[in-house]
Amino acid sequence: MITRIAWRNIWFKPLNTALSIILLTASVAIITLLILLQEQFEKQFDSNIDNIDLVLGAQGSPLQLILSAVYQVDAPTGNIDYTEAKTWMKHRFVKTAVPLAFGDNYKGFRIVGTTPQYLEVYGKGVQEGKVFTKNFEVVIGSSVAKKMNLKVGDTFLGSHGDVAEGELHEDHPYIVTGIAALTGKVADNLILCNVASVWAMHDEEGHEHTRGAGSVSKQHNHDHEHAEDAAHSHKDHHDEAVNEEGKEITAVLIKFRSKMGIIMWPRLIAQNTKMQAASPAIEINRLFSLFGIGLQALQYLAYGIMFISGISIFIALYNTLKERKYEFALLRVNGASRMQLLWLVLIESLLLCITGFIFGTVVGRMALILISGSSEAEFKMSFNPLVFVWQKEGYLLGLTIFVGILAAVIPALKAYSLNISKTLANA
Amino acid sequence: MIITENLSFSYGGGVFFNFPDIAVAAGESLLIAGGSGKGKTTLLHLLGGLLRPKTGAISIESINIASLSDKKSDHFRGQNIGLVLQQAYFVASLNVLENVVLASWLATGTKATNKAKELLQQLDLIDHIHKLPSQLSVGQQQRVSIARALINQPKLLLADEPTSSLDDENAHRVADMLTQLAKSYGTALIIVTHDQRLKNLFSNQISL
Repeated sequence: MITRIAWRNIWFKPLNTALSIILLTASVAIITLLILLQEQFEKQFDSNIDNIDLVLGAQGSPLQLILSAVYQVDAPTGNIDYTEAKTWMKHRFVKTAVPLAFGDNYKGFRIVGTTPQYLEVYGKGVQEGKVFTKNFEVVIGSSVAKKMNLKVGDTFLGSHGDVAEGELHEDHPYIVTGIAALTGKVADNLILCNVASVWAMHDEEGHEHTRGAGSVSKQHNHDHEHAEDAAHSHKDHHDEAVNEEGKEITAVLIKFRSKMGIIMWPRLIAQNTKMQAASPAIEINRLFSLFGIGLQALQYLAYGIMFISGISIFIALYNTLKERKYEFALLRVNGASRMQLLWLVLIESLLLCITGFIFGTVVGRMALILISGSSEAEFKMSFNPLVFVWQKEGYLLGLTIFVGILAAVIPALKAYSLNISKTLANA
Repeated sequence: MIITENLSFSYGGGVFFNFPDIAVAAGESLLIAGGSGKGKTTLLHLLGGLLRPKTGAISIESINIASLSDKKSDHFRGQNIGLVLQQAYFVASLNVLENVVLASWLATGTKATNKAKELLQQLDLIDHIHKLPSQLSVGQQQRVSIARALINQPKLLLADEPTSSLDDENAHRVADMLTQLAKSYGTALIIVTHDQRLKNLFSNQISL
């Protein structure tokens, strides 16, 4: 009943109440959004490097190498010589080494030349059909299958380079032989084939460009035009054993047998080759610490708003106390105890806070859905709004309740210590 | 049934009241008259347990309320004493019926909704029970506060200037209802007032 009166009271002053709730909602929504983003962002980033200790690639920005080779978001740093890379892939420290060769895309989904081992690094193997064995056979990620509506046995043409609008390779259709199991990682959005397919696809232009920088296929759109010689037939590329001599790949994902490799390789590689070995864990940490400043600033802003909403609740309660002291005196006359009045004020404040918290949690998640929509389109990274980070959100609820109690403490004590006789006599 | 003995009260600073002994039996009425500053409201607050006397005893159904603890006093007041004040105060966010029911809940822990409706019917307010108190006229508000004071069938009904803000017609009506309802509920009724209009209506009177 006290709760009911409190509930009615807060809606009796809808503007005050709305202000307090809006402020609380805003702060809780921002913090919730940050909690969810950070958690899922880090989880997605971390889950993708579970089985990767180092990435071997062309010299350049290590962060760029990691972003391109592991997360498939940035452009590659360049190409490396396959023969040279191969000697390192056979190093005694290495447990698994998965080569990557970037070439084309299909409607924006990257086609990556690799080995079937890639599917083990990232996930759970093939769910439907079988792994690629011949040139131009591909295994597609489960998201690709869903979005492009591709089934085992379907064929499609790749576009050149990174952009969906790139030139079509009309001579070499890819054929889907398998669909990978859903992993929740980047592999879901990739199309995988063997490395030889990428070489074969670009063989003709391979003559044009030598060991220059840039990915196997990138930045050669202009070269490409004269590569399409009518005289040249590509049919014979199929199943043809590709000569590995002088061929290039983009990067190698390395998993070590012993942790020694992680420590020793970066220097070994830098001293002995023209390549670099970058640690995804270190680069991602660096990336997060860059983000961290921005996230922290937002977080402070949100706490600031929460502080202001606390003050708003305090002022609302304190102001109405003056007009409500007769109401309180009357409740006492009717047999209410001092404690019941204290509770009444406290519960009013807590109702505001909990309402604000619930709204904030919902609004934060709606914002996440919006962000997820655009990040999915841009980075192939989606966020789940229905995930609850119990511990952090629990803290947030605790903080909200604490603000509510703090804001109500002075008004509640005033109600508690109200002198009814004096109040009624001075009426 | 209420009996007082040797009641006195001091606000400090030389303000001191000595009150005559009072005895009112169940179903009877007493009018206490007196000008301002004579301690009318103080006496009423003493009788209602809102203030503690400096000396003396107040026995309601042979319980000395002057000796009860704060919490017990609140509880006793809720169950046994009804108060009608000069100005009618309400929980502004609750409607008329809820305000009356609230008094029963605070005193006994149960909601006497039917009883409240019955009382409001008797007080000619049944058409207004879903309105907010602020939407009623002053006379209607005063009648609602009578209903609220009587909802728990108190042993003692105290009224502090219940008619002073009302016009003649409403003043008579309220006074009539108070005496009639007190009689039918077997409640001792004490009214403090300086309102001359009431003096002709009550046979049992004392002056401060």
